[in-house]
Amino acid sequence: MAIRTLSNWAAEEAANPLIPHTAELVVGFIAFTLLFLVLRSKVVPMFEKAFAERTDAIAGGIERAEKAQRDAEIALQKYTSQLSDAQGEAQKIREDARVQGAAIIEDLRSKAQEEAARITAAATASIEAERQQAITSLRNEVGALATELASKIVGEALDDQVRQSRIVDRFIADLEKSK
Amino acid sequence: MSLLLSGDEGFTPPSTADFNLPPVFGDNPYTTKPVFLVFLSVIVVSAFFIAASRKALVMPTKLQFAGESIYAFVRNDLARDVIGHEFMRFVPYLFTLFTFILTNNIFGIVPLLQFPAMSRVSFPYVLAIFTFVIFHYVAIKHKGILPYLKEIMFMPGVPKPVYILLTPIELATYFVVRPLTLSLRLFANMFAGHLLLLVFILGGDHLLKGVIGLKLVSPFAFAFGIGLTFFEFMVQCLQAYIFTLLTALYIAGALADEH
Repeated sequence: MAIRTLSNWAAEEAANPLIPHTAELVVGFIAFTLLFLVLRSKVVPMFEKAFAERTDAIAGGIERAEKAQRDAEIALQKYTSQLSDAQGEAQKIREDARVQGAAIIEDLRSKAQEEAARITAAATASIEAERQQAITSLRNEVGALATELASKIVGEALDDQVRQSRIVDRFIADLEKSK
Repeated sequence: MSLLLSGDEGFTPPSTADFNLPPVFGDNPYTTKPVFLVFLSVIVVSAFFIAASRKALVMPTKLQFAGESIYAFVRNDLARDVIGHEFMRFVPYLFTLFTFILTNNIFGIVPLLQFPAMSRVSFPYVLAIFTFVIFHYVAIKHKGILPYLKEIMFMPGVPKPVYILLTPIELATYFVVRPLTLSLRLFANMFAGHLLLLVFILGGDHLLKGVIGLKLVSPFAFAFGIGLTFFEFMVQCLQAYIFTLLTALYIAGALADEH
């Protein structure tokens, strides 16, 4: 039976393979349209989304890297300039310190010299005073001793105080004159 | 096919009648094998690509990568490279065209299915009509109907008397030759390929039933049939590609400004 049906069908339709069949044209139209609608609405947008996201991810990554590099360069420039500023400042501070140090030393030195001069002057004055004192007391003592000695030798009591002094003074003055 | 091999009356070579498969249910012409195969292809292609594109991940899975590769091939190598900057509008159509033809062609060598629906001329006709309508529509919309017809009929830079010859040729090219060659190329390739496979496989089968000498030859027929199957696979892919490529070219021509 099946064979008969097939041969009948085949015989009816075998005429020309280039003649289209209405049923197949309809089916082809519907099937293709259906597939087109499915692929256009469900598949193409999703693939496009994936592509776009991928492009984004790659492009975004590159952009981020470039931005990071730019930031790093700016930071580097900032630090470099800060470093050179700091170096300049340090140089200035050192210079100032050197100048100040020299001034302080100079100041101290002059103060010390003044002090030394003052001490020297004071010492000289005190030595002079002591010398005068020594001379005065020596003169008195030498006078007394000489009078005593002379009186012993002369045997003459020279106990008159006034005469004694006069004699001594005369003697010393003679002594100074002869010098 | 059992018809052809019934009894010992000798080998009946496969013919065009072998492409007229009977309806499965009664006399309803919407229940033939090619009809089922075409709908099956719609289901298979839809299911595959929906599954592949559903997640749209930046780092694709293997399935997504496979689907994407096919899509990217049609999108970039066919649509974008041929049509140019306006290509995105036509990607869904070209993509559908390519996957639809490819799947139906490959059904020709898939075990159990083993029938290329495109060897039924109606289907290539439908596809060619779609392409025909689209590229004319695009051209008319882009250039206006009169300038478009003028461009076809009076190609610029040609001496006037030549138009006597050229105008009919150009008109025929745009309105008859293009859709006809598009559909017949696909149809004929699938038709001939299937016929060729039938000859070698059925022939081998028939030889196997013959005397001992013929039985020994039979494996060669089968081997050749298998070899041809691989060849057919190549042709099936190529025809899907050519149909899509030509459609893209026609659309590109419709969008191109005067030469």
